[in-house]
Amino acid sequence: MTQRMTNRFAKLALENRPAFVTYFMGGDPDYETSLEIMKGLPAAGADVIELGMPFSDPMADGPSIQAAGLRALQGGHNLPRTFDMVRTFRETDDETPIVVMGYYNPIYQFGPEKFLATAKESGVDGMIIVDLPPEMDDELCIPALERDLNFIRLATPTTDEKRLPKVLTNTSGFVYYVSINGITGAAAPDPEAVAASVRHIKNKTDLPICVGFGVRNAEQAASIGMAADGVVVGSAIVSALADSLDDGNATSKTVSAPLELVSRIAEGVRGART
Amino acid sequence: MSVQTPNSFKTGPDEQGLFGIFGGRFVAETLMPNILELDAAYADAKKDPEFLSELESLNKHYTGRPSPLYFAERLTNHLGGAKVYFKRDELNHTGSHKINNCLGQILLARRMGKTRIIAETGAGQHGVAAATVAARFGYPCIVYMGAKDVHRQSPNVFRMKLLGAEITGVTAGAGTLKDAMNEALRDWVTNVEDTYYLIGTAAGPHPYPELVRDFQSVIGKEARQQIQEMEGRLPDMLVASVGGGSNAIGLFHPFLDDTDVQIVGVEAGGKGLDGDEHCASLTAGRPGVLHGNRTYLLQDSEGQIEEGASISAGLDYPGIGPEHSWLKETNRVEYVPIMDTEALEAFQLLCRLEGIIPALEPSHALAEVIKRAPEMNKDQIIVMNLCGRGDKDVHTVAEALGLEL
Repeated sequence: MTQRMTNRFAKLALENRPAFVTYFMGGDPDYETSLEIMKGLPAAGADVIELGMPFSDPMADGPSIQAAGLRALQGGHNLPRTFDMVRTFRETDDETPIVVMGYYNPIYQFGPEKFLATAKESGVDGMIIVDLPPEMDDELCIPALERDLNFIRLATPTTDEKRLPKVLTNTSGFVYYVSINGITGAAAPDPEAVAASVRHIKNKTDLPICVGFGVRNAEQAASIGMAADGVVVGSAIVSALADSLDDGNATSKTVSAPLELVSRIAEGVRGART
Repeated sequence: MSVQTPNSFKTGPDEQGLFGIFGGRFVAETLMPNILELDAAYADAKKDPEFLSELESLNKHYTGRPSPLYFAERLTNHLGGAKVYFKRDELNHTGSHKINNCLGQILLARRMGKTRIIAETGAGQHGVAAATVAARFGYPCIVYMGAKDVHRQSPNVFRMKLLGAEITGVTAGAGTLKDAMNEALRDWVTNVEDTYYLIGTAAGPHPYPELVRDFQSVIGKEARQQIQEMEGRLPDMLVASVGGGSNAIGLFHPFLDDTDVQIVGVEAGGKGLDGDEHCASLTAGRPGVLHGNRTYLLQDSEGQIEEGASISAGLDYPGIGPEHSWLKETNRVEYVPIMDTEALEAFQLLCRLEGIIPALEPSHALAEVIKRAPEMNKDQIIVMNLCGRGDKDVHTVAEALGLEL
């Protein structure tokens, strides 16, 4: 685990509260606006930042994240700008872990080695690459671990007894438990089923378990946060941003609307175990 | 880039689903258990004599196989060179080679106990074939189709509805085949427990490229036997069109180790490779990762996928089956582009010379045959896969010729 990630989860364990992991799409709707949002996330209550890297064909994402990615791409967002965001963020915050999240092809074209070197240098802590299952670990996962970057894997309700050890091997940072079979932003998860799954995975690993997909408000976040080590919210934040736009362009509310939602959900997360 | 020539071109894919560096299993974790289950089910089925004989019986009595190998005498005389034979998969039930794959996969779906079929389609030929087998075996079927294609292929949309399928128009992205495939994958991720994803081409995560190829290889196996019966030898050249590449790999695969047989795959050159209106992934793209496999893709310099464009909706896909990528890099198969205008001319020529209205997809292959046959000797033989009939394309052709129906 990177030092920032280790420190963050250690601190949260001392406070006996789950981590609030926030996803947003880098470059949506433009570079400057999304950088402002990123800078505001820790103060709004984000403990770990997932920075979305846009891809034209996001097969595991629902409509709101698809649309966010297209807006970012139309604004000219790309991997170099993603790393610029991280560098600028790190000028004022060297503690909040940053996990970049996206699909493999843009990385493959950029060059996996160059991607990892630039990620490390700019201050990235880990990555979630949706279309790289353990069977494809040689592509990016193993080289990432060699550079002390976290490779965070998704476990899902379809990850059975036989599959789980394979998923946990080479996973680092935390385990991202996908609470439903489906795409991002879909149906709400059942807290009890999630809690049972989290306990089950915890028997097999010492890594923190963060739960996401379908968590949209403070109440859901609180109920998920009772059992999980972290709660991930993405589509709801992206939708709050989208609702503030005027014809695809940023307005005076585009920075504040997603951050206000983050603040509200953060209260739910912080109250999960009280 | 070229790689060392292997001892055999027919041993792939390996256990990881790779043909050289191409193929693989680049999918979300939610789908991995399903992909592995399918892999095991197929490995089991292909060794099961009952499965194979049921498929053979359906091919014979339901589809009408073997499809004829036809000597196109007037076309041959017109071109004045090599003898041209057509493998007539356009005479199959449903009008194209797509049924070969769908029958194989529906038997697999039943074997795996799945109760719901999903499919993607571009031109609608695979959608029709999928809806057909779903009706024949009594499964509900949802077909994802780009909204743009729903509009330009309306006769096939109605055919699918008659067959009981539910059509979901996809407006995300550009509303064409790649977006339909994204949407089908999203459905599958959401409904993994009961749903079988019936992929229409020899692409996607392993084992799809392998099993689609195997089900389509009936084309090449028959052609190999038929040409030996008719000419007493193997052909000098095979020609087939490639979109995703299933009809081509079906014809090519049984001949891959016959190194005297020259093999040519024909891509959609659209309005020309200089602009962005074409679908020539192999001649104008480069390797990347999309829809579960590594293969040649149309993409920008940053790895964002670009739209394909072709007069033929069936070739309108920015990727290509991974085995074709490997056959290109090993130089076993030559891939060339044919422009929309050349395909249109070939389409019309075949109508008048042979009384066959071909689909626009094999019209691309035919345009390449028209270029090559006159350069060859009269005792040489070309076998071309006439993989679909053109009824579905008459509106497109009329529009391209400036006619109103």
